[in-house]
Amino acid sequence: MSTASGHLEGVPAAEVEDVELYHPHSWVTKYVFSQDAKIIGIQYALTATAIGFVALVLSWLMRIHLGFPGTFDFITPAEYYQFITMHGMIMVVYLLTALFLGGFGNYLIPLMVGARDMVFPWVNMLSYWIYLVAVLVLIASFFAPGGPTGAGWTLYPPQAILSGTPGGQDWGIILMLLSLMLFIIGFTMGGLNYVVTVLQARTRGMTLMRMPLTVWGIFTATVMALLAFPALFVSCVMMMLDRLLGTSFFMPALVVMGERLSHEGGSPLLWQHLFWFFGHPEVYIVALPAFGIVSDLISVHARRNIFGYRMMVWAIVIIGALSFVVWAHHMYVSGMNPYFGFFFATTTLIIAVPTAIKVYNWLLTLWRGDIHLTTPMLFALAFIVTFVNGGLTGLFLGNVVVDVPLSDTMFVVAHFHMVMGVAPIFVVFGAIYHWYPKITGRMLDEAMGKLHFWVSFAGAYLIFFPMHYIGLLGVPRRYHEIGEMAFVPPSAHTLNAFISVMALIVGAAQIVFLFNLAWSLRRGKPAGGNPWNAASLEWQTPETPPPHGNWGREMPVVYRWAYDYSVPGAPQDFIPQNQPPAKAAE
Amino acid sequence: MTAIILYVAVIGSIAAWWLSRQRLMAKPWLEIGAAGETPGTGASEIPPAKLGLWVFLAVVGALLTLFVSAYLMRMHMSHDWRSLPTPPMLWFNTVLLLLSSLGLHRAQIAARIGWRHGIEIGLIAGGLSALAFLAGQYLAWQQVMEEGFGVATNPSSSFFYLITAVHGLHLAGGLLALGKTAYRTARGADLAQLRLGVELCATYLHFLLVAWIALFGLLLHG
Repeated sequence: MSTASGHLEGVPAAEVEDVELYHPHSWVTKYVFSQDAKIIGIQYALTATAIGFVALVLSWLMRIHLGFPGTFDFITPAEYYQFITMHGMIMVVYLLTALFLGGFGNYLIPLMVGARDMVFPWVNMLSYWIYLVAVLVLIASFFAPGGPTGAGWTLYPPQAILSGTPGGQDWGIILMLLSLMLFIIGFTMGGLNYVVTVLQARTRGMTLMRMPLTVWGIFTATVMALLAFPALFVSCVMMMLDRLLGTSFFMPALVVMGERLSHEGGSPLLWQHLFWFFGHPEVYIVALPAFGIVSDLISVHARRNIFGYRMMVWAIVIIGALSFVVWAHHMYVSGMNPYFGFFFATTTLIIAVPTAIKVYNWLLTLWRGDIHLTTPMLFALAFIVTFVNGGLTGLFLGNVVVDVPLSDTMFVVAHFHMVMGVAPIFVVFGAIYHWYPKITGRMLDEAMGKLHFWVSFAGAYLIFFPMHYIGLLGVPRRYHEIGEMAFVPPSAHTLNAFISVMALIVGAAQIVFLFNLAWSLRRGKPAGGNPWNAASLEWQTPETPPPHGNWGREMPVVYRWAYDYSVPGAPQDFIPQNQPPAKAAE
Repeated sequence: MTAIILYVAVIGSIAAWWLSRQRLMAKPWLEIGAAGETPGTGASEIPPAKLGLWVFLAVVGALLTLFVSAYLMRMHMSHDWRSLPTPPMLWFNTVLLLLSSLGLHRAQIAARIGWRHGIEIGLIAGGLSALAFLAGQYLAWQQVMEEGFGVATNPSSSFFYLITAVHGLHLAGGLLALGKTAYRTARGADLAQLRLGVELCATYLHFLLVAWIALFGLLLHG
């Protein structure tokens, strides 16, 4: 509403004084203790990538041990469990969550909604540094006496803090719990920023229903994470007390090596409820940003407006809400009242509805689009296929009667990696290929990108399709060595070796990606401000890469949604969000 | 998990109510034009710090509710629960926290009418009673300890120490912010800025008072 003075109610003025003192001047405040969301985003992304590579190497070690029994005996059973645990925890929390929310959230939210920065830059900076300390504490556990914890990434008690589990009575579990608590504190600081920035710092004309779906995805995921991570925090605090002060929150009465422990009456199930109350939303905390980003990549690279924008927004919100009432489907084998099992199976299957709507909308966006098979587009398409594949096996496992026999097999590992590992990581790659030109001003090399894509894509399927099969044969997960089992045919061992070789190849392909990132920084083709001819606001900054403050003297004004592609009658096949209506018609 | 499910439902309802006012039925592909031409589309006028605090309170609320859920579940999952003798000190502490909340309420009123001295008195009264509350909680710990209930004696006492500690730490954090605002007041900072700072401190303290009453009720129940 305009007021008499021409000022718009609830809308920031078009010209925001760009105070010179506000900008950092020294190298340290610019690049190290930076309060610029873009630099913080890059710091998050680099740290997450570095720790992610540690997790990748751990997966190599596990695979060569499983694939070639007897050859790599230097990996002891204890180490195998430590590798499993650290691989899982790093990939899910310290890589994917940190990268999607801390990395992309920080870089993209202010640019996409037309803000100068996050609303609390200092808190935002603190968020990254606490995350870094959390990562360092996690790394420290590799060097602590007894090594890192080997309790499995779900850290189920009572075994997590018993002497039989690696790190259980040493430093491993303590450092893991401490690191998670730090991570959650750091994330909360960042999360407050993402939410309030989206709500309060949008530029003129940027209504909620004009925001790109990337922002919707990250925003909804952040709200979920702010409500779900406290459950993990509570669990960690209570387990820490069980371990250090001998309380019995989770620990039942136990006899270990003939000796009765002091714990009594605690409930391991309590941990499972709390952990999965965080754990299931966590799946969507990673998936929703991926959904959002993929929607934008597909729209830009198919030169089509996103099909069913409103439905996409609603689906994101509905998935977010439903994900809070499905947690116990991770606990079917723990035993529960059959009515509860029925309830959780039903809610689990209902989530498939909004998710399927999203998949149909992506396909309909592609339909008759001017599809450019660029590297980001290839990764986006690979995501859709992989997510559908992983989602379908999720429907199997969501049913109690199917889940119970499959739960302890490699089938679960394959399902989980397809839906939560491979699919979101494809989006991460697609997003990096897509936004790297904005971040650095240079294009990533397409040839290396295609090589990276095809090896990763084909390789991921060659790893995980056979893994479903050996899971159906009954090959158990979590075993250090499968050994001789009557029901496991020799061909399963051959397949296992094949999977391991493919894992090594796919892992090696990631080195090409890293090389590309470094090489293109100096030698990549200059990108210009908007190499993909995209309509959303982050591509319309006056300078590329955008400096601190993003927009120079004048804030952008938004006149339309982010998906005006191939509009009939328009001179170009895209209309930027900040282009006034009169000019667009010229 | 009933408590946390109810909590998430309440937060979800607030979010749904708010979303319902955001024109989610809009057809953005048809609506071209600057802000102001389409109604009800801008950011709200609430200062970011205030909204940030409310979001933070929602997170702290989730954290405390999860402790309540864990408390109730642990209580009913096993037969080893012994009820904890509630130290009478806790009633006195509750009054102290109430006073602290009142002090900040007074400071807030003083800030609204621009009475600087009133702000100082309110902040000091609120801050001191909150400190006294923390000291009182420590005494309550000692009383429980003297009754023979250590941290690991029984889940009821473990939860007692844990919940009071978590609440106390949040209050200590609030006191840091309060100290900063008091320092700014003493330095004669701009009144509009003070008004916001005092309001944020007061909101936080009121929240912790309500949270404490709920947690105290829970401890009495156990």
